[in-house]
Amino acid sequence: MSIKLENLNYTYSPGNAYEKHALKNVNLEIPHGQFVGIIGHTGSGKSTLIQHLNGLMKATSGALYYDGKNIYDEGYDMKALRSQVGLVFQYPEHQLFEVDVLTDVCFGPKNQGLSEEECLKRAKEALELVEFPEKYYHQSPFELSGGQKRRAAIAGVLAMKPKVLVLDEPTAGLDPKGRDDILDQIERLHKETGMTVILVSHSMEDIARYVERIIVMNHGEKLFDGMPKEVFAHYKELEQVGLAAPQVTYMMHDLKAQGMDVRTDVTTIEEAADEIMRCFHD
Amino acid sequence: MIRDITIGQYYPAKSSIHRLDPRVKIVCTLLFLISLFVQNSILGYAIATVFLAVVIKVSKVPLKFIVRGLKAIVILLMFTVVMNLFLTKGGEEIFGFWIFHISEQGLRTSVFMAVRLIYLIMGSSLMTFTTTPNSLTDGIESLLHPLNRFHVPVHEVAMMMSIALRFIPILLEETDKIMKAQIARGADLESGNIIQKTKAMVPILVPLFVSAFRRANDLAMAMEARCYCGGEGRTKMKPLIYKNRDYMAYTVTVVYLVLIIGIGRFVPFKLWIF
Repeated sequence: MSIKLENLNYTYSPGNAYEKHALKNVNLEIPHGQFVGIIGHTGSGKSTLIQHLNGLMKATSGALYYDGKNIYDEGYDMKALRSQVGLVFQYPEHQLFEVDVLTDVCFGPKNQGLSEEECLKRAKEALELVEFPEKYYHQSPFELSGGQKRRAAIAGVLAMKPKVLVLDEPTAGLDPKGRDDILDQIERLHKETGMTVILVSHSMEDIARYVERIIVMNHGEKLFDGMPKEVFAHYKELEQVGLAAPQVTYMMHDLKAQGMDVRTDVTTIEEAADEIMRCFHD
Repeated sequence: MIRDITIGQYYPAKSSIHRLDPRVKIVCTLLFLISLFVQNSILGYAIATVFLAVVIKVSKVPLKFIVRGLKAIVILLMFTVVMNLFLTKGGEEIFGFWIFHISEQGLRTSVFMAVRLIYLIMGSSLMTFTTTPNSLTDGIESLLHPLNRFHVPVHEVAMMMSIALRFIPILLEETDKIMKAQIARGADLESGNIIQKTKAMVPILVPLFVSAFRRANDLAMAMEARCYCGGEGRTKMKPLIYKNRDYMAYTVTVVYLVLIIGIGRFVPFKLWIF
């Protein structure tokens, strides 16, 4: 179930004043079950990139292999691809439209052609996965709080049981608690179901805590690709493209500069605390 | 897909046409449209063509863009041409078959009508290509200002127009986004009969309306928070002031108009009819 991108290029409005080369020769391979973070400044091409993953946008040139098959081949079943690769857009709550939450979540499975009972079953499972309170199942989605709306919308994609889940800034506009709740749930989902999760964000702190691999995009190109600590080692270059490594990276570098013999490749606060304690014990 | 709609869109470029005062562009466009209808001769159309070509060249808007705007009137254009071609009587008959007869007069009228319509669209889309919607409404507001005396709420109308214009691209983008989001959830917007297709629009229209109301509400709130209360005593950040180039543009257009009318009146009939 791997996804492989080969020399992918995408140009918006080719041949006029609004022309923009949004993706430049992107090569990428994401094996099944990986938790990947895509990070980049506004306009770096990350949203464009993920819309290619389920065939919503067609590359100007290049190939995209899902499960070994090129999705741009003639006769490729895009509808099947879209139920395998679930895409949660930025502010997904803006796509809610049904009279109640449960029916809205049923929309995806219904489009897959499943029976009514199966749809309801899947919808309930998906709502449970995102810990959506059962008492709101029959409420209008427009009367919910921001965080609940977002859960309902994410459940709408999960109900299709995708093998790959792509989330475009799922925490934008949420308060810190709502943000942590959603990210924790996504992490749990990844652990429990083993699905591939691709998380787009521009916050390093968010990503560092959860993902096993980070892809940094800049001006439509892949700048770095590796484990978080490898990517954060380039913190100087990250700053140049308008990003930053997590606070702890800076702190560890400062401590090292002050003469303390700490490792600088830690990525989370917990690791940093352990590392500093280790130095004191030695 | 939705990005490709060009009519009424601004084309960013740095040209002397772009820099003109919006009032000049509105008035000159009107004069150009009038010029198309006050004459009916080959020579007249030739002058109009030269004028339009020069203005397009100076504006730096690619011809391709202006021509694309014509797509919207293709049906109307064909209808007009066919109707004029077959229904106008007069002059020698060039072609006749069963109930279809094409007269010399009919051929002439239909060709001229088509050229008129094409130039009309080209001329007015050139104005919207070179003027931002905001300065366009500024220009309209300023031109219609005298109507205030007759209690026409000119400022309010202009404000509504600029808000409506401003919202077009936003709503188009929003539609694009919602469509994509629903397609990602497996929505099928293309296949099926007309009833199924209409039903398939519900998941797009409902969120679109909700978002339009949300945006309108936010905008109203933001305007009130900045104490907006209509046109009375309101000053502009960029007041419209005529510069030398604006007077020049007026002069050129008026000379053009005089020339085109003069040709119809004073050049001997035989010379300009064919």
